Amino acid sequence: MTPVISGAADTAVGRLDGSGCMALHAEAASAALADAGLRADEVDGVLCAYSLAEPHLMLSSVFNEYFGIAPSYSAAVQAGGATACALVMQAAALVRAGICRNVLAVCADNRLTGLGRSGAVAALAEVGHPQFERPYGMSIPAAYALVARRCMHERGVTAEHLAAISVTQRGHARRHPKAQARDPLTMEQALSARMIADPLRLFDCCLVSDGGAALVISAADAAADHTDRTVSILGYGQMNTHEHAFAMPSLTDFGCRQSAAQAFAMAGLTPADIDVAEIYDSFTITLLAELESIGFFPKGEAGPAILDGALELDGVLPCNTHGGLLSYGHSGAAGGMFHIVEAVRQLRGEAEARQVAGAETAFVHGDGGILSAHCSLILGRA
Amino acid sequence: MSTTDPSLMKPAPLVTADTRAFWDACAEGALTFQRCAACGHVQFPPRPFCTECRAAGPGTERSAGLGTIHSFTIVHRAPTAAFKADTPYVLALVDFDEGFRLMVNLRGGPPSDARIGLRVRVLFEPLAGGGALPQVRPLVE
Repeated sequence: MTPVISGAADTAVGRLDGSGCMALHAEAASAALADAGLRADEVDGVLCAYSLAEPHLMLSSVFNEYFGIAPSYSAAVQAGGATACALVMQAAALVRAGICRNVLAVCADNRLTGLGRSGAVAALAEVGHPQFERPYGMSIPAAYALVARRCMHERGVTAEHLAAISVTQRGHARRHPKAQARDPLTMEQALSARMIADPLRLFDCCLVSDGGAALVISAADAAADHTDRTVSILGYGQMNTHEHAFAMPSLTDFGCRQSAAQAFAMAGLTPADIDVAEIYDSFTITLLAELESIGFFPKGEAGPAILDGALELDGVLPCNTHGGLLSYGHSGAAGGMFHIVEAVRQLRGEAEARQVAGAETAFVHGDGGILSAHCSLILGRA
Repeated sequence: MSTTDPSLMKPAPLVTADTRAFWDACAEGALTFQRCAACGHVQFPPRPFCTECRAAGPGTERSAGLGTIHSFTIVHRAPTAAFKADTPYVLALVDFDEGFRLMVNLRGGPPSDARIGLRVRVLFEPLAGGGALPQVRPLVE
């Protein structure tokens, strides 16, 4: 049975005082079900991610109990920033296999109020290897700075190329009423901000946020009874090459190359066919390196193209049109799901002031770890 | 601030059965790595099989301790309070000449000395609870 995205929704994002991890899950889930025109008891599959603020070994079971549902299939998936895309890929497989008719995929965390910014930074640093990274004071920005430095050395990436990403995405966020960071940002501000892990400065790093997002992936005939706003799932793929920074097979080329190639082959499309891209941007270098690895730009050419406006709403590849993790918000696995929700809105023509004219195909990519776990999706207007 | 405050204790390597011999060697001032007798593959960290050909029991060899910086960053924002007093410090990936890679801190000079391609030599820093952590300093020929 052909899987489609039948519902998509997100909560408010940013500092949500008094928010709870499970309450954010439930709010996002309710809104996505309403968007799909489904009742909660019509959900027969639930996929969750993980939480840093309220960790639990079996988060999907915790959610089902809290939300008051008893799905026949339920699992939690942990693939870092690739999780949200991986949930869609898994949900599509469950629908294709005839195991589920309506899968609810939901991600949320209250990292900003539940952990605080320093608490979140410290908790994330624990993904470092317990023997060969953590004793050296590795932070997540430092791990990505190793990638940035090598890309500068091999590919001619400059601080200006990276700053242009944060400035472009801030411009997009300023068109989104829910975005967490909406103050104007200039190249000068980005290039003179305080250093976090050289060469990455403050605005090269994503936000820490509270928030949640959810999707419903349904069999096409099941969705047809409830909504006429479905989005097609044209292709998907994954690649996992390593986990830790010291084990990266390359600091300039990543598994997104293979995951995207799988997705494009399945969809029968090429990067040139994509109208809008929502690509994981935990750091500016994450996006730049992935744009080149995936094949949207030749090696060494993404930076100059970005300076030239390639990622603007009217550019050759409108990208992270909601502002991305850098300016829209990043609340754990929901951060990656915000990219998918934005792609759905673009394809439905519901992106308001940031709508890309005539958007019919969208590429979405998530990466987890230190560019370790990759999952790509290609979505299309129904 | 007391140095016994647990939040200021740097994380010690969490030694496992796979790596006990490696850390014991570090305590003796020796950097070791594994080479597979069956296929010649060099690997790190140690484990009881070859990740290339799956042969059991790769052999342990001693490194000459010389390598080259593959990439580096200067950390200004520490991950935890335990590293705050060290900032700015250099975190580097070093390719040792035998063909394995370690994450280390660069010692023995200002952070501005760090550069890709810099030749370095291993040194061992004592750990608070015993043992030693491999680090590097610029190689002066």
